[in-house]
Amino acid sequence: MIPSAFDYARPENLQDAFALLAEHGDEAKLIAGGHSLLPMMKLRLATPSILIDISRIDGLAGIDATRDGLKLGALVTHAALAASEQVRKLAPALADAAAQIGDTQVRNRGTLGGACAHGDPAADYPAVLLALGARLRIAKKGGETVKEADDFFRGMFETALEGDAILTEIALGPAPHSAYVKFPHPASHYAVVGVAAKLELQGAKIASARVAITGVGDSAFRAKSVEKALSGVDAGDAAAIRSACIDAAAGIEARSDVFASGSYRAAMAAVYAARAVTAAAIR
Amino acid sequence: MQTKHVRQIQIDVNGEPRSLSVEPRLLLVHLLRDQLGLTGTHVGCDTSSCGACTVLLDGRSVKSCTMLAVQADGRAVTTIEGIGNSKSLHPMQEAFWAEHGLQCGYCTTGMIVSAVDIIQRNPDPTDEQIREGLGGNVCRCTGYHNIVRAVKAAARAVRSGARRKSVAEVEPLTPPLEAPPVTGEGIIPHREPVGAGGE
Ligand SMILES: Cc1cc2nc3c(=O)[nH]c(=O)nc-3n(C[C@H](O)[C@H](O)[C@H](O)COP(=O)(O)OP(=O)(O)OC[C@H]3O[C@@H](n4cnc5c(N)ncnc54)[C@H](O)[C@@H]3O)c2cc1C
Ligand code: FES
Ligand code: FES
Repeated sequence: MIPSAFDYARPENLQDAFALLAEHGDEAKLIAGGHSLLPMMKLRLATPSILIDISRIDGLAGIDATRDGLKLGALVTHAALAASEQVRKLAPALADAAAQIGDTQVRNRGTLGGACAHGDPAADYPAVLLALGARLRIAKKGGETVKEADDFFRGMFETALEGDAILTEIALGPAPHSAYVKFPHPASHYAVVGVAAKLELQGAKIASARVAITGVGDSAFRAKSVEKALSGVDAGDAAAIRSACIDAAAGIEARSDVFASGSYRAAMAAVYAARAVTAAAIR
Repeated sequence: MQTKHVRQIQIDVNGEPRSLSVEPRLLLVHLLRDQLGLTGTHVGCDTSSCGACTVLLDGRSVKSCTMLAVQADGRAVTTIEGIGNSKSLHPMQEAFWAEHGLQCGYCTTGMIVSAVDIIQRNPDPTDEQIREGLGGNVCRCTGYHNIVRAVKAAARAVRSGARRKSVAEVEPLTPPLEAPPVTGEGIIPHREPVGAGGE
């Protein structure tokens, strides 16, 4: 399968990328790792007339541990995240997710920023970013804005990014008691159901929790009733955690496809939510 | 279909610097196979799923059907032809042969390239690490047991500093099967099928 013809530009800095975006408007598409975009272009579901390759822009591929947590460049690959000691220590849920994306070859090419910008309903990172309260830095010609993850993922393949914007950095506070678990599709490894949990512990009890679910709805979402039900629960009480998670997908219209029905996805959301919370509690 | 501007790119292919003219939409796998004649890199699924097209990009495994040739500009690409050849087999190639890690061979070049990446990063992988590492490579005939065995054997060989051999030097591991002596015992006599002759 061969994509339709297009031009190709590889700007060396953000300013040049903005200029190209301004010049070509809707005809242009950014490309980072290409592992969501190229498969779509090969099927001609996307037919941009110019690709702007941002993969070699300097300074967007760092993994930096700061006093406030982690700063991750949009171009960091899944493989680099999965291999990072700092990520494993400060945000284990993110390391869990990165290590489970696709396969080795996909992880060697695909990027954190690309996966977030794409907004796939079965992508792994959105759940983690929601649970960890990530902040996403978005640059445009005129300046920068920072969006909370809660305001970034908006729907199926829909995010807060506008066509002339580039996601440059994702910042996370430390989340040592966090985990991401998923039921992977056996062929693609995308999340049939994936759940990220972040806990604040007070002694043996869960003081507060953030739980987010991907793969089930049109986009990842916070399971706020579960979060509420978990507060005050004994972190070692598996039955109490399970019952707090029972309504994980309440109020969500769960997607159905050839692999899993909506009701199955909703049922698995509860199971995987309990697993994620249990895993986060023992970290 | 209109051809958009052809670009000039520089790629190190199997240790040789190449200067190439490519259309931006040319996939790396097609550059390798059609323009450079390196047909050891296969196209299996063409949808990023099977790993038959795996090559090393700056030493890391990637699917060349899901990459544009222009994205490899300035980078080093290693194909199966650069891993080894019949005069100088990589220990991984020898091990796939010796351990029967292939049947039809279609997936094998991608498997070997991925496996080389695995043992370069982890010289002594466990079975589980090998299976996980090869998760992006599908084989439709061997079954994965012998492939895992081959990767383990190759890792062992590389750790002990095994030298490369030519095809002619590689000894078959098991002696050839001897034909069993013909004694007449145990031979089942021919019978008419039930109902054919009327019992
Ligand atoms: C076989 C296979 C299996 C996969 N399995 C999984 C899986 O299990 N879980 C999972 O989550 N994902 C999976 N993926 C998707 C993979 O994670 C992609 O790498 C990711 O979705 C996109 O990242 P990319 O860098 O490749 O982006 P690209 O494909 O280059 O771009 C994707 C989209 O984002 C835009 N974009 C890219 N970077 C930016 C930026 N910095 N700012 C603004 N817009 C940008 C592009 O314009 C494009 O629209 C899989 C992909 C494949 C091929
Ligand atoms: S041909 Fe590239 S992954 Fe199958
Ligand atoms: S040997 Fe035939 S597909 Fe693997």
